[in-house]
Order: sequence, then C-alpha cells, then structure tokens
Amino acid sequence: MSILIDAKTPILVQGITSEKATFHTKEMIAVGSKVVAGVTPGKGGQTHCGVPVFNTVKEAVRDSGATTSIAFVAPAYAADAIMEAADAGIRLVCSITDGIPAQDMMRVKRYLKRYPKERRTMLVGPNCAGIISPGKAMLGIMPPHIYMRGSVGLISRSGTLGYEAASQMKALGIGISTSVGIGGDPINGSSFMDHLALFAEDDETEAVLIIGEIGGPQEAEAAAWVQANMTKPVVGFVAGLTAPKGRRMGHAGAIISATGDSAAEKAEIMRSYGLTVAPSPAEFGSTMAQVLSKGQARRISA
Amino acid sequence: MDIHEYQAKQLLAQFGVAVPPGVVVSTPEEASYAAIELGGARWAVKAQIHAGARGKAGGIRLCTSYREVRQAADDLLGKRLVTLQTGPEGQPVSRVYIESAAPFERELYLGYVLDRKAERVRVIGSQHGGMEIEEIVKTDPDAIMQVVVEPAVGLQAFEARELAFQLGLNGKQVQRAVETILGAYRAFRDCDASMLEINPLVVTKDDRVLALDAKMSFDDNALFRRQNIAAMYDATQQDPREAQAAEHNLNYIGLDGEIGCIVNGAGLAMATMDMIKHAGGSPANFLDVGGGASPERVATAFRLVLSDDKVRSVLVNIFAGINRCDWVAQGVVQACKETAIKVPLVVRLAGTNVEAGRKIIKESGISIISAETLGEAAAKAVAACRGNGISIKAAN
Repeated sequence: MSILIDAKTPILVQGITSEKATFHTKEMIAVGSKVVAGVTPGKGGQTHCGVPVFNTVKEAVRDSGATTSIAFVAPAYAADAIMEAADAGIRLVCSITDGIPAQDMMRVKRYLKRYPKERRTMLVGPNCAGIISPGKAMLGIMPPHIYMRGSVGLISRSGTLGYEAASQMKALGIGISTSVGIGGDPINGSSFMDHLALFAEDDETEAVLIIGEIGGPQEAEAAAWVQANMTKPVVGFVAGLTAPKGRRMGHAGAIISATGDSAAEKAEIMRSYGLTVAPSPAEFGSTMAQVLSKGQARRISA
Repeated sequence: MDIHEYQAKQLLAQFGVAVPPGVVVSTPEEASYAAIELGGARWAVKAQIHAGARGKAGGIRLCTSYREVRQAADDLLGKRLVTLQTGPEGQPVSRVYIESAAPFERELYLGYVLDRKAERVRVIGSQHGGMEIEEIVKTDPDAIMQVVVEPAVGLQAFEARELAFQLGLNGKQVQRAVETILGAYRAFRDCDASMLEINPLVVTKDDRVLALDAKMSFDDNALFRRQNIAAMYDATQQDPREAQAAEHNLNYIGLDGEIGCIVNGAGLAMATMDMIKHAGGSPANFLDVGGGASPERVATAFRLVLSDDKVRSVLVNIFAGINRCDWVAQGVVQACKETAIKVPLVVRLAGTNVEAGRKIIKESGISIISAETLGEAAAKAVAACRGNGISIKAAN
C-alpha cells in the first residue's frame, strides 16, 4: 500500500492544455500515473496528452470515472477550480498554484465543509509540489528520479526541502511509501495531522518524516496527535531557525507573528511530544536511518 | 503590503468608519495651511511611516498654533524616524498627516486578523485602547472580546452590537460603534486585508466614535485584483535591496550575516540559512530565486546579494525539480563573468540534469568551490568566509 494515490488511481488534470500542465501531465504519465481525462473550459471534445478534454469537471468525472484531480490553474481562478472539483465528487484534489488570495482559501475551506464527511473532498496544497508514491504514481511536479520506493512516509510544507530529504534518504538506501507536499500557504487544505493519520494505518509505512517551517499551529497540533495516537516512529524538523520575526520568508505562510510560530519553539514542542528532531537539514537521512535501525532492534527483541 | 495611516483612514472612511478630519502634506508650508483649513485650536502632526510606536519616538506632535504645526512638520519631514518597531536606521518621513485633535473620554481597541487556526477572520475588541494588543493579552486577557466571523455570511449586526455593549458603550455611542465595526469588517473583506487595527478607537465627549489611529496590511497574493490598494505601495518604506528584488519578482530579505545565499524554494532557502548557522556562520540574506530560474534571474540574484558589502562569501544551493541544473549553472557562469565577483563562491547543485550542470561549472574556468551535499556546501561557505577568499583553490 501507500497513501492517497497508486497506479490504479484515475487522475484528472484541470487546466490540462496549458504549457505547464502539458509538461507535467507527460511526466506523470511517464512514471505510471493513470491520467484519464483533462478539463479546460471551452476546449471540450479535444484530445490532449492522449486523453479526452472536457469543458467541466462534472462531465469529465461522468465519462472518465476520475476520482482524483490535479489543478494547474492561475491564482485568480484556482479557488474556483478546487470548488468545482469538490462539487463534482472528486475525492482528492491537489492544487499546485502559488499565490492564491488567503480569503479565497478561507471560502474554499468553508465550501468543502458543506459536504458530509463520507463524501468530503480532501485538498492537498495549494502552493505545493504534490504527491508521489514512488514506483506507482505521481500527482505533482517533483523530479521523480530522486525518490526511491520504500517504507518511509514523508510530509513537507516546502517542495524543495522535501526533495532534499528524499534524496538524502535515497543516498542511504531508504525509500519512500508516499511523499505529500502540504504547501506553504497560511490557509491550506490538508494538514500534517490528516496525512499522519493515513500513514498510521498504512501497512507499507514504517516511519514518518514531517518537515515544517515557521508560522502557524499545524506542526504543534501534529506533534500532539502523534503522541496520543501514533505507534510508528516520527522524525520532525522545522525550517527557519534564523528567520527574523515578522518577516515573510518566501512562502505566504512562513512568518513568525505569534507565540509558538518560531522554529525553535515548534522543534521543542515536537521533542516534548516524543518526536525525534533532526539536528540539521543535512541530517534528515541519517536521523531517519537511526530511528529505523532502533525500530528494527525493537522488533527483533520483541 | 503595508500602507500609511492617512491612506488607511481614507479607505476606512469610504466604508463608513468615522475618522477625525485630516490633511496629508509634504512641506512645512502646506502643514500650516492644512491647520488653517481644518480650523479649531488643536492639531496633531503625525509622521507617516510604515511602523508603529511613533508617539513614544516623537513622531506625533500635539500643537496649539499654526506656527507650532509648521515647526513640527519641519522637524519631522525629511528625517528618518526610529521607533521600537523600526530598525536602528529608522524609516524616512516624506509626508506628515495634520489632524484635528478632538478631546476624547475613552480609548478602546478594535482589530481584525486572518486567524490561521480558525481559518476565518477574527475580530478583537478591548476596553484598553492605546496600548499594544500583546500587552493587553499579558496584563488583562479577560478584557479581550473576540468574534470569529462565519465566512459564508460575513460579520452580522448583532455580533457588532454585542461587541459594542461589551466595550461598555451606551446610548448613541452603540449605533456609531456598530457602524464602525461593520464598516471596518467590510473594508477588511473587500480590500483583501490581512490585518486591520484601530488603536485607539476613541469616544468623544459628544458621543462620537472615531478611529484615532489606523493600521492596515494587505494580502500580497490578492493585489492583482485590488489595483487601488496596489497603487498605495510606497517603495521608500522598504529596504532598497528588498524593493529592488520585488521589482524582479525575487523574494529577498536582508539579514546581518556574512554569507550571501541564493537558493531555489522558500523552504530550502530557510534550511540553507539554518545549515550555515549550524556550521558556525551567519547568513546575510534570504533569497528564493523560484521555480523557473533562468540565467538572467540567477544573474540578477547575484547582483542583489553582492550589493551587500557585508557579504564575505556566497553560497548557491539549487535542488532542481522544474529547474534544470544546466540552466542554473549557465546562469552562475554568466553572472560571474558579468559581475566580477570578488568573494569566494560555493555552488551546490542537485536534482534534474545535475551532471550537465556540474560539467558546465567545471569547464567554465571560474574558481568556484563545488559541493555535493547541503552539509558540505554550508561548511565550505563558512570556511571560505573565514579565509577571506585567499585559499579558494585549496578549499576546492
């Protein structure tokens, strides 16, 4: 198993005919993702990247059976695209877009809650690199060759820092079950906690690495959840130890504006809830290797 | 993006928030004319900068004659005002706001923020106006009233009314406060604000409710649809290098250290700075060149980082996803040739087309210190910074 996506997941690409979406759709197909349809309003009836294009998500879902979507849509229209996917019954929508207004995201989050839990859409992102279950499927824009298939779950706010972690682990022979980018915006879709809960239930995942950054309460909430609910080991890291207070560090959400927002505070919270905190961003791989070998020792003795 | 007090008040007034009459000026002569035009016998002359704590720093002067108004304006204009919220260099004052100073009886607090935990707008009120909200939270947390706004319908009149009564208002004051609370909410929502603070909101002897000070910040991601707000941008209030970076759509934040950083991705950029600190050095800046780093963009980033004369070595760290290492390498080589870099340069490339990128660096003939991992790159940048660039070849 893996979480969220595998080789059988029928994928829809929103905004498929743009140059950027075309490039990434081809990459996704090349690594085995089952892309079944695309949507670009006004271009229904065409074929693009070898799949049929529809005018609306509803039509695409009806005709192709897509359950999952990735949206390559400009910031001004991105919120609309996410809500359209949710209304059409898409179960998982991944939004890559950087630059969505925060109040649009507020409305999106409110909109998603109008559906009962059983049919509620999960949003991954926005402003993220997407999801990859190495060797199975990719719903994102990452370079697939840096990921090795294996048993570590990876959840990261930042795209490039997630790449860094994946390649450090690969260099040590540690593979990944699924890697999820939750994005760098102040109001985002799914949180660390949502994916930790999925990794906790996933047979293939032995341990999880969560990479956060300054700003917002999600790392602390996740750490508390881990202590209360998780038996698998979790390694954590929070970027931005040297970030000054009150300055936005690139990501719209990376800003220290309240108590508990700083990297040092969040890392301390993680430690206090029993997570192993990587001492530096150059030690994601080595810290995970130690944690995994301890886990093996524990299992052998038990 | 931040705006000035006078701009925030003009904006709020359009949404029905009552503000004292005022005029913004940029010369001492205009200041005294403004006082004459406003009438009355007491005026406040307020320095317009993008930072708070102006009062304690002498940036707000109470005057009782036209001559005093002129003098106060003369004192403030063209100077840099240093407050607890500015850096040690302060912020330049190119405009002052002349305002009728009406005596008031009570000072209240009214604020609006985008609450990340609730994922909604939170309205905050307190009877203790005139001091920082953080201070109120510490000294008298029970005195803070809050309303979390349901985004589907917006702030309701009854919620504003409850808040007004909790603020201890009565009689005519209540309806006036409700108009202010609802008006400011609409301004926040309709202009895509991220923060709005009216501190103090004052109650006058004749039961008027006025925004005596106003601070607003806006969501940069929404400026594309708020042209009127975007037009209020004041580059003079920003660090010159940061303003220059913004023009090129680069994310740059200047810091106090000695190692210049050029990185792709905000998270990796922060982690690179952390790694430099971990290796015993200190970063000179945060810089995210973004996803599609063309050779031109990389060259611009170099010029920006090198214009900081504290920089003693430069670390380029690129993990290419959408980027390609060979493009970035071309950019680095091009920038080195154009900008005559005098400090040691450490380059770490990883990800897509890494071999081609390393080859370009190697064959360029430029003395570049290569590193394969993040840890190695940071260690080499710190060592190069200490060695003052003398032993570049030896370090390689």
